[in-house]
Amino acid sequence: MTDAMSLNGTGNSTGQGASPGGAEPLDFEGWVCPMPLRDSPTIVMGHGGGGAMSGELIDHLFLPAFGDAAAAGDLPDAAVVNVGGGTRLAFSTDSFVVKPMFFPGGSVGELAVNGTINDLAMVGAMPLYLSTAFILSEGTAMSDLGRVANAVGAAARAAGVKLVTGDTKVVDSSSGDGVYINTAGIGVLRDDVDIRPTRASVGDAVLISGDIGLHGVAVMSCREGLEFGTTIESDTAALHGLVEAMIATGADIHVLRDPTRGGVSATLNEIARASAVGMDLVEQHLPIPQMVKDACGLLGLDPLQVANEGKLLAIVPAESADEVLEAMRRHPLGAGAQRIGTCVDEHRGMVVARTGLGGTRVIDLPIGEQLPRIC
Amino acid sequence: MCLAVPGRVLAVEERDGTLMAEVDFGGVHKDVCLAYIPDVRVGEYVVVHVGFAIQRLDEQSAIETLANFEKLGILEEEFGDGFALAAKQAGVPHTAAADGTQEGAS
Amino acid sequence: MKYLDEFSNPELAKRLIDQIHAVTTRPWAMMEVCGGQTHSIIRHGIDQLLPEGVEMIHGPGCPVCVTPLEIIDKALEIAKRPDVIFCSFGDMLRVPGSSQDLFQIKSEGGDVRVVYSPLDALKLARANPDKQVVFFGIGFETTAPANAMTVYQAQRLGMKNFSLLVSHVLVPPAIAAIMESPTCRVQAFLAAGHVCSVMGTQEYPPLADKYKVPIVVTGFEPLDILEGIRRTVVQLEQGRHELENAYPRAVRDEGNLPAKKMLLDVFEPTDRTWRGIGMIPQSGWKLSEKYRDFDAEERFSVTDMHTDESPLCRSGEVLQGLIKPHECAAFGKQCTPRNPLGATMVSSEGACAAYYAYRRLELVETT
Repeated sequence: MTDAMSLNGTGNSTGQGASPGGAEPLDFEGWVCPMPLRDSPTIVMGHGGGGAMSGELIDHLFLPAFGDAAAAGDLPDAAVVNVGGGTRLAFSTDSFVVKPMFFPGGSVGELAVNGTINDLAMVGAMPLYLSTAFILSEGTAMSDLGRVANAVGAAARAAGVKLVTGDTKVVDSSSGDGVYINTAGIGVLRDDVDIRPTRASVGDAVLISGDIGLHGVAVMSCREGLEFGTTIESDTAALHGLVEAMIATGADIHVLRDPTRGGVSATLNEIARASAVGMDLVEQHLPIPQMVKDACGLLGLDPLQVANEGKLLAIVPAESADEVLEAMRRHPLGAGAQRIGTCVDEHRGMVVARTGLGGTRVIDLPIGEQLPRIC
Repeated sequence: MCLAVPGRVLAVEERDGTLMAEVDFGGVHKDVCLAYIPDVRVGEYVVVHVGFAIQRLDEQSAIETLANFEKLGILEEEFGDGFALAAKQAGVPHTAAADGTQEGAS
Repeated sequence: MKYLDEFSNPELAKRLIDQIHAVTTRPWAMMEVCGGQTHSIIRHGIDQLLPEGVEMIHGPGCPVCVTPLEIIDKALEIAKRPDVIFCSFGDMLRVPGSSQDLFQIKSEGGDVRVVYSPLDALKLARANPDKQVVFFGIGFETTAPANAMTVYQAQRLGMKNFSLLVSHVLVPPAIAAIMESPTCRVQAFLAAGHVCSVMGTQEYPPLADKYKVPIVVTGFEPLDILEGIRRTVVQLEQGRHELENAYPRAVRDEGNLPAKKMLLDVFEPTDRTWRGIGMIPQSGWKLSEKYRDFDAEERFSVTDMHTDESPLCRSGEVLQGLIKPHECAAFGKQCTPRNPLGATMVSSEGACAAYYAYRRLELVETT
């Protein structure tokens, strides 16, 4: 077993010793297992997958490095900050690096706008302003950039948010052409709203706003080496209107989260851990369209780990579940809303599903990138 | 081993001297190599593994298998001995002793 | 999907489960050979629903798990070369070699690509004439016809920049090796349905006879697996040891004749070391003389590697069905899907990964 590695970039095992900035050496013992692979001297694709590896990078590299500068907290999708005068703002940022850039139902442009709007909506904020920073690979076709820019404008107009500042950089690219977008957004929070991942309580209902797995399958269907024909389109959408409708019922919504990278599986696991509750799902209540099941069956993927870009998970007190579901179903983006499970006292921090046959299985946090398989 | 799924052949054509098909998996379409099931016809079902049809899917057999499952357990009331029923449905000769016990297996 | 979804019907599953309970009078231990079957059993909780004494021993039918460490290390060496595009099924990307995996090679700049079919690798070779394209040809008999066709096409088209890194393994010799083991507890086998789709059922009656074990060719959906188990228990209770085909919709006795013909042309039997188990004579396939030019091991002359297995890993015992994953001290602690010590925890078909992903709450609470 190798010693914990320093970050001096030489790949030497030092155990202690120099890290950038002279700070204390990072403690890799906290990682699940000090295996040679986990002391990886480089970033691998899995670190961006939204699952366990991404989480570890944050917990064991970024947060220790930020030290006091990082606000203590429970890592919500958007930060809620007080700016004085009783106003609470929500502030969020996200970067969009999807390949291919254009896929059935949308492009990186819509994702960039809707993604950050949704991060704000998931804390119950009304999104107001976005920044857009473009990082362009040299060699990108101007027409492609034009299409993406149009998509960004259209999505912002549809959502009623203003694009108020931005930036453009060009990089010399080895991974082919691409338009990478970072958006940051601010929104205003109402006084009566307290939505955060730590509020899920035993007895709460777990709701989803509609069909699972559409975005991930749409993107995968045009990825090189996997091409398959399907009519599935990305479900990318701005959800703040749906959230408004849910808040308007007066229900005390505990948690909202959009199951993007890592899918429903990653999101529910994160909430279960943050709130220290268990979750029981009923497999037969999960709204997975037949075509998503078929595409996943073909490639050997789990629909629960596939990204969604226009759906939200809501955790609400049991007595409000029916009311909130009704409000969701009345809204165009919530027409397929379903109750999929309950928060429970058992197996806290874990998500378990009852299978169609009456058995149970643990729905685990996905690891890194989902890959198609032959076995 | 072996994630293989059944799909319906929609179209067949030769490409570079190899027989290929467009196969429909419940709405998802994929190109599949038919070199190993060369006499397949449009509308038939094949079992596909890593882009190759490895066997025909016998629709009649599938239907019969499901029908057999449906029949299981239905006639339970008529037979006191569940083992006898199960053996009967398995098409296996049942040689219970008079007191209903069975000779041991190896 | 038609002819697939119907075989998950919960109502029919219940009937099959009841039937199994009705016919079981004593404990039995049977092995499902194929990793895909293990996956399905654990995922649907089938083992939880069987009668108390009926035990499923998980077999070594996970080609990812049993690919020899030496071949993985060779794959890593080849993938590192700047003139190579290394193509593989997704399953192999995270399998640990002696010190790295393909994912890491990729992040270090190696051109490693995931493909769904070996034909995609051939396409890449034609599109990139200045690169050497290597395809990682692993799998059981099910996958061999696809790999064979790819090499056959490469030869037909006179391609100079395509080669195959071969590591095929065969089921019948594995069954024999398992039964020869002095610690063997297996009393019956669920044979791998899709392997038999290709090869047919003719290799199995001699094994059933020699070792006095029922062998039931079984599919992968819940109803298929339950039916396979049911027929197996009936045979065991009846004292019979025969070959039965419980997957007739996809398996014929003769198998797929054109595929078998191609396999005879492209491959020849060879001794093969199974990772975690050891050498099983004549249990693998390598490229025949006629196609030896396309053998990546020869083309890249990767010399003997020094391989290094984790001393904690008990994959081999899991693969032979001697222990269950959770009986390994490292399970869920040093060894998890994120930090796998052995291939059985990496592959989605590996027993350890299946147990971890779909693990029983009782196991979790004590781990």
